[in-house]
Parts: sequence; C-alpha cells; structure tokens
Amino acid sequence: MDLSAIDPALLVAALMVSATPILLAALGEMVVERAGVLNLGVEGMMIIGAVTGFIVGFNTEVPALGFVAAAFASALLALAFGLLTQVLLSNQVATGLGLTLVGLGLSALLGKPYEGMKAPTLSQIDFGPLSDLPFLGPVLFGHDPVVYLSLLLVLVVWYVIKHTRVGLILRAVGENHDAAHALGYKVVRIRLAAIAFGGSLAGLGGAYLSLVRLPQWTEGMTAGAGWIALAIVVFASWRAGRVLIGAYLFGGLTVLQLNLQAAGVTIGVQYLSMAPYLITILVLVLITSGKGRGSHAAPASLGRAFQQSR
Amino acid sequence: MVRLEKRLNPNRTVAMLTPLLAVLLTMLAGGIMFALLGNDPFEAIRVIFWDPLFAEPFASYSRPQLLVKAGPLILIAIGLSIGFRAGIWNIGAEGQYIMGAICGAAAGLAFYPSESPLIFPLMVLFGGLGGWAWAMIPAVLKVRFGTNEILVSLMLVYVAENILAMVSTGVLRNPEGMGFPGSRNLGHWDAASNPELIEGTGMHWGVALSLVVVIATYVMMTRHIRGFHVRLAGEAPRAARFAGVNPTRIVIFCLGLAGALAGLAGLFEVSGPAGQITIDFASGYGFTAIIVAFLGRLHPVGILLAGLLMALTYIGGELAQLLLGVPAAAIQLFQGMLLFFLLAMDVFTNYRVRFGTTKVTA
Repeated sequence: MDLSAIDPALLVAALMVSATPILLAALGEMVVERAGVLNLGVEGMMIIGAVTGFIVGFNTEVPALGFVAAAFASALLALAFGLLTQVLLSNQVATGLGLTLVGLGLSALLGKPYEGMKAPTLSQIDFGPLSDLPFLGPVLFGHDPVVYLSLLLVLVVWYVIKHTRVGLILRAVGENHDAAHALGYKVVRIRLAAIAFGGSLAGLGGAYLSLVRLPQWTEGMTAGAGWIALAIVVFASWRAGRVLIGAYLFGGLTVLQLNLQAAGVTIGVQYLSMAPYLITILVLVLITSGKGRGSHAAPASLGRAFQQSR
Repeated sequence: MVRLEKRLNPNRTVAMLTPLLAVLLTMLAGGIMFALLGNDPFEAIRVIFWDPLFAEPFASYSRPQLLVKAGPLILIAIGLSIGFRAGIWNIGAEGQYIMGAICGAAAGLAFYPSESPLIFPLMVLFGGLGGWAWAMIPAVLKVRFGTNEILVSLMLVYVAENILAMVSTGVLRNPEGMGFPGSRNLGHWDAASNPELIEGTGMHWGVALSLVVVIATYVMMTRHIRGFHVRLAGEAPRAARFAGVNPTRIVIFCLGLAGALAGLAGLFEVSGPAGQITIDFASGYGFTAIIVAFLGRLHPVGILLAGLLMALTYIGGELAQLLLGVPAAAIQLFQGMLLFFLLAMDVFTNYRVRFGTTKVTA
C-alpha cells in the first residue's frame, strides 16, 4: 500500500469534479424546499438530465447544448410533479417517489441505443500560465466551465435568498403559505417556479455525470446521487453555503474512497462502495440529534399542500 | 372558472374507480409509447395483458408465474401500506427483502446437508428476523434521533446490495460451485426448499402466507385497536397523542412489521423461485411494491388485486420483450406511469370539482 501516491492537489481538484453533480442537485432541491415543497424525485430528474444531456451532447457533439437540453428536460419532468402536487394536490412524498420511478424507466428506455458510447469532451477553460501554479493551479484554474458555474450558482442562490425581495417572498411561501397568500402572493405559481428551477439544476447535475464525470451513459448511473443530494439539504439545514460544504465533504469522501482502492488498500471493494451511504446515514443522525438548530431550520410549511379556499 | 372544493370525507365510490381509470389512462399513454417505439400499440397491450393468461402456448407457463410474482409483491406491499397509513415512509423494502433472503438462507446453509424438518421453519424465522432487523435501523434512528426514515431506509438499500454482492462471492458461496459466485441451490436440497404446493399453480408457502396476511391485516385495520391507532396516528397525529397513542411504538411497529414481511418475501423467493443467493438476486420487488400499495389504495383487498395486476405487467412485459422486442425498461416506465396517473386521479377522491365563481353567503 502506498498512500504517498495520493497527491493532495489532485485530490482536491478531483473532489470538486466529483462533488459538482450533487452540489447542483442539492442546491436546486434546497430552493424547492425553501418554497415549502418536498420533491423526492431528485434521483429521477437527475437521471433524465443525464440521459438527455448525453443524447444531445453525443448527437450534436456540443456538450454545452447537452447541458441546456438536460436542464430543460428535467425542468419539464419537475413541472409534471408540480402539476400533480400543486394543482391536483396529490401527496408530495408519493408523487416524488413516482417521479423517480418514471425517470429511471424513461431514461433506461431512451438511453438504450447509447450504451457504451463515449461522450464528447467538454473543454476546460484556458487560464494560461495561471494553471501551472503549484497546488493552486490544478485546484482553482484547471476545471471545466460547469464547476465554476456551480460555484457561481451557490453564490447567486445565497444572495437571492438572503438579500433580495424575491428571496423574501420565496421564504414567506415556504414558512407560511396562508400568510403569503393573504399578502397577495401567488403561492402556487411561486412554488411551480421553484420546482422548475430545482428540476433544471438536478438536470444539469445529471448531465455532468454522463458528459464529464464518467463520461458515458449507463442505465441507473446516478446510483443514489439524487437521494444523497436530498440528505445534503438536511445536512446543510437549508442554507446555500452549507450545501457547498456538505457536497464537497461528500465528494471528498468519494474521491478518497476511489484513491484508497487505487492505492491498493486491502479492504473489500464492497465495504468501500457502501461507505458513502453509511456516512450519509451517520451525518443525518448527527445533524438531527445535535443540540444545534439543524433540524429546526426546516421551512415550516415543508411538504404541506396549499389549497386556496375562497 | 374551475375550482376544487374539499370533500368532508373521501368519496369511496370514486376511490374504488380511480385505480381502474388510472389503468385505462396508462394503457392509453403506454399505447402511444409503444407506437413511438415502432410497435403496434394494440398488439403490445394485448401481449402484456391478455396473452400471458389466455393465449396458448404461453399461458400454461405464465399462469403459475402470476402467483409466483404476485406473492412477494403483495407481502411487501401490505407491510408498506400499514406504515403509509400511519405516515411512516419506509421506501427501503428492497433492502429488507435482500437482508431477509441472506439471513434466512445463511441460517439454513449453516446446517447443510442435514435433512431435519426443522430447517425450513428456522430459515423462515431468520428470514423474518433479518428483514425486521434491517428495518429497525431507520426505526430506532427515527424514534431516538428524529432522523428522516425515508432517506435512511433508502440508503440502506444500497448497503444491502453491497452486502449481497459480498456474501454471494464470499461466505455463502457454494464450495462446490467451481468458483462461480452464488450460494448452493436451495431448490435441490429438500429440507430447505420452498416447493410448489399444488402442481401447476405457482402456489408456494410465500403465496399462502401472503393470502393469510391480507386477511389478518384486514381484520387488524378494521376490527382491532392497533389498526385504529395506526390510522389515527396517520390521519390526526395530534388527536392520536391526546388519545394516548404512543408515536414511538407506532413507528417501531409499522417499520418492524414491514421489514419482517419484506424479509419473509425475500426468504420465500430465495428458497423457491430464485433458488440461490446470487449477485443479481435483487429484482426490484421492494420498489414495485410501493406502486402496488398505492394502486391498492392502501387497503388489503385492493393490494391483493393490485399485486396480481402488477405481476401481470411483469409477465406480460417479459413476453413483449420476447415476442415484440419491447425493451425491459418500457415496462418499468409503464409501472411508473401507472402510479403517476393514479396520484393525479386521486384529486377526485378528495375534492369536488366546481365550475363557476363562488357566491358569498352570509
């Protein structure tokens, strides 16, 4: 076993790539939950994003188009969830599960002819000599545009929720939809917008998996990433900054696990590949059992149906 | 202007009609999907829903398969439905199913090659216990730390799948299997096998148990105080607490029962139709059972019928794969759409649709 083969700079750089899909999906889901909607279909939206992104990226050979198409497709799927839960007032938990099942089935069907093909590569941004800096080079200046986009989105979501009127309205709808309705805000419309936003980010995350991270399409390739994103929202107690920390911590663990496998650590492969799920459970327990504000930070109207009675 | 008005009580007639309507809508949407895939939609629907039961020569093979597939689905869905009634969302039945199969098979294989008549009952006991113990993890975490049972039970599915891969290439591997992964075949070992009870029906001990469980659950939910408490905890948690219903005990009971039933389903599957523990033993029954539970309106008799229907889509799906080259994923999508349409139809059960604007009355 040779642990010195693991280069910390490359580890951090790989961590950022590995965390990006979960970061995007978790960030979107956080906005949705801040609006008071619990969408358990993140896994389904991610895999639809993955397959759409791959198909469009492969056929046009322009990965960027793949990302755009993925965001649209997943937002469309999310709106189906929105229609059911917000207009037809169905149970959010059951509908979210249904969304995941539909997404997994539909993606397997659509992606069948594309199995085993290779995605076009997404070029990295050229920072010139900056990327040759020791340590900082590979960590800060050696990524593809989506990594930077995800970081920018964290900043934007944080700013909008915390410091703008739009964010205030979103939070009002999530905390007390009756009061928000009484103030004249269109609760259902605002929630639908949030759901579509969450869907498009989940789609981007999924497309990142199939276009950059792997980069190919395999059936069921998200392998629980959507569910981990949901767990990270709880871990982050519904704050953008902590979503970033949670996703990067998780990405770090995944990369470390892969590096340990590559370095020939003599633990069974299965132990290592079940580790991310066990760690997620452990983190959830720590967060919810803690004396801190963790579990109390949930939006007060989370998962409750809003029906306007006139 | 269209408006929804909440009914005081859910309309029971509509509640019974919506699954039928959802099935029809799914057939319609599925037909369009098959047409897009380049198949004749009418032929595809006929192959899935009619041929497995009535068209020879397939029917003599696939009719028994109906009970073989419906048994585990019903067993798991009944357990899940009790939890769903109480507002406890166990979606990790797949993991409990796997762990039940592993524990039960391991308990039996420990005594190989004994022919004692006690071996099968012992395996049943450990199958149930395995599923129960796996479900106790989210249950205890929920009551002790308030951790979300949805996420924990689902994460444990991935853990169980890894354990399955580990034991089928490790401790449970058949020592005489020439190094191939997978355990000894329990079907070839009389003391541990779960045979077809009546020739040509597909009826095995698991199917028999599922029928018993349907009746027992019906009695419990409608006639027994425990069933009343479960329903109360789901529909009016605050009132339940005032009435002295202990929420901790409800969580432990619902998750434990669902886990034990899923574990039993796994055990009967591994000792009967599947025959051995292999890497690909997990078949998605635990997830399809969620659809079955909803399609059956969380009612035991409804679940019995829904389980049979869902089993039919499995068998018909395999047939359509064989005869028409419809991809396997199309059936998965078909099942997902069914749940989606059902949930959409639910609005008519709980709400009345009104046209026109409201008149304000004093």
